[in-house]
Amino acid sequence: MDLLEFARGPALVFALAVFVLGTLWRLIGILRLPRLRDRSPAREGAASPAAGALHAIVRGMWPRRAFAATTHFATFNGYAFHVGLALVFFGYAPHIAFVRRLTGLSWPALPDAVMYVAAGVTIASLLVALVWRLTDPVRRTISNADDLISWTVTFLPLLTGMAATAEPSAAILARNQVVYATPLALHLLSAELLLIWFPFGKLMHAVLFAFSRGATGVRFSHRGVEA
Amino acid sequence: MSAASGPTPGFDRQGELGDEARVDAAMKSFVREFGVTAALHVESCVRCGQCAEACHFYRATGDAKYTPIRKLEPFRRAYFREAGPFAPIVRALNLVRKPTIGELEQWQELLFDSCTMCGRCTLVCPMGIDIAELVKEARHGMFKAGLVPERLALMDRAARQWGSTATPGEDLPDILAEVSAEHGVPIPCDLPSADILVTAAPAELDAHTKSLADAARILNRIGARWTMHREGFDASNIGFNNGDLALQERLTRALIDTAVKIGAKTLLLPECGHAYGAARWEAARWYGDALPVRIIHMTEFLDELISSGRIRVNRIGATATFHDPCQIVRRGGLEAAARRVLAALGFELIELQDHGLTGYCCGGGGGVVSNQRAAPLRYKVFDLKKGQVEATGAEHFVTSCGQCRITLEAGARNAGWDKSPESLLELVADNLAD
Repeated sequence: MDLLEFARGPALVFALAVFVLGTLWRLIGILRLPRLRDRSPAREGAASPAAGALHAIVRGMWPRRAFAATTHFATFNGYAFHVGLALVFFGYAPHIAFVRRLTGLSWPALPDAVMYVAAGVTIASLLVALVWRLTDPVRRTISNADDLISWTVTFLPLLTGMAATAEPSAAILARNQVVYATPLALHLLSAELLLIWFPFGKLMHAVLFAFSRGATGVRFSHRGVEA
Repeated sequence: MSAASGPTPGFDRQGELGDEARVDAAMKSFVREFGVTAALHVESCVRCGQCAEACHFYRATGDAKYTPIRKLEPFRRAYFREAGPFAPIVRALNLVRKPTIGELEQWQELLFDSCTMCGRCTLVCPMGIDIAELVKEARHGMFKAGLVPERLALMDRAARQWGSTATPGEDLPDILAEVSAEHGVPIPCDLPSADILVTAAPAELDAHTKSLADAARILNRIGARWTMHREGFDASNIGFNNGDLALQERLTRALIDTAVKIGAKTLLLPECGHAYGAARWEAARWYGDALPVRIIHMTEFLDELISSGRIRVNRIGATATFHDPCQIVRRGGLEAAARRVLAALGFELIELQDHGLTGYCCGGGGGVVSNQRAAPLRYKVFDLKKGQVEATGAEHFVTSCGQCRITLEAGARNAGWDKSPESLLELVADNLAD
């Protein structure tokens, strides 16, 4: 078994297993905790808990006007990263081919040029986030090892992905064999590292954000706080 | 997280527990707080630090140690070590350190002196983490460990003995008689039966007696069957702020039980923010689904009286700006009620730059106003509010919380500022139409 076969075989299975089981374990571990019911009478005319949760989940997508001036940098950089990453993962033709092999699902790819720009923006936003975390007093004082590990396992697939992208995606997909086997294996292994770390660190916010915002939305709507 | 910057903060201790026992008591209490909502909120933080810019203590000082989420560090560690889904692994590998007594002492300043539980940070958090609520829960553990500011502990002891931080209940009739004589308004006390049980904040029995007299004036005007009662009169609930759950329950029960005893259907809360938080949203915690009385804040009461036409007010016809008390507005949902009352009074409202849900706290909530050693920090925060009030150029500066007024009055005195916050209740009473 060569490195690529390992990355495509047992390593991928292991990473997916850790990702799925770990995420479920953490999520269930949180949701099984006691649910302290709010027994106070709701504000007259209050939205339902579900409507309150949904409102908070959606409203949390952009900052309030009062905070815009102090959060615009974090907001812009955050959007640059998340949108860029989503475009790269879901829009790049070889990624779609990879998902199709695993699941049978596929969708139209975006042009390579868009991918290169998106990857560049994503990498740049990650570098900016790292510099900010290491130099800004607030971020420095609240950071812990999870921040650096999560940053690293997010950055590595982007780096190795760029290294593995030596020719247009059409050319890559037209062949039946992999030419750049080692770079591709490293790219896969780095993505698998991300999957393995996902349940244990702050990357889990990709799942938890909706629950967390929703819980506050329920609290606020119960009180008639129109947040 | 790194150690706090700046000089070592002061801390106080209560009781004779040894260091290890204090840490264990805090940890045990911290862990007990983790229901699903608290756990989701601790788990979801991505340490983006945006909460810092929303916090008046950080904005006023620029010191990163006041970053709101950082104030929860011992609480966070307790969760991941003892209650989180991976706790056994975390403990076995010591991936998250147990807080030390030194750290708990250091965090006393962050949880009590430099957090008013105002919840502005909650609104800025992209994960929707309710940091204010978590701070309140962390305070429970600090109280169990005997690690709260001594001034607050002193008030706690008074309230445990008297049922109020202001006065023993048996002195209430005499105090009310004095207020009644001073302001020329009848204030019924200890009536065996009434429709409305009226409560007070401690300041209304001392520096703000006009507020109490004005509430009486309005209640008498509408012909309400009301009374105050020595068995349940102080709504401020120091237990809520101190993290003393047993006291919080006792003070809450005193109010509700007294209301039930006299057959009151309404429990009227004073112009006090934390009284609203403790009674309106937490009283039911000990009473089950159906509270036997309606709990209502003075601002809601005034709004309802004016809206229903039960009282009419003269129009003042001046400009005013309004300080939104956090527990009543941002955490209480009464943003519109005060503004309707101001409009009825004929004020042209000039909003503060930050108002409504995102208004800045006065700096004294959560017991900070009573915590003497926090005064220098409070005064720095006051400058934020002072600047915003001055920018409006409004003739009147109004609020609907007595604790906010005390904080802002103290800040104004310290800064030599000639503007004094006015009570919405007093403005209504002073302008009742015939």
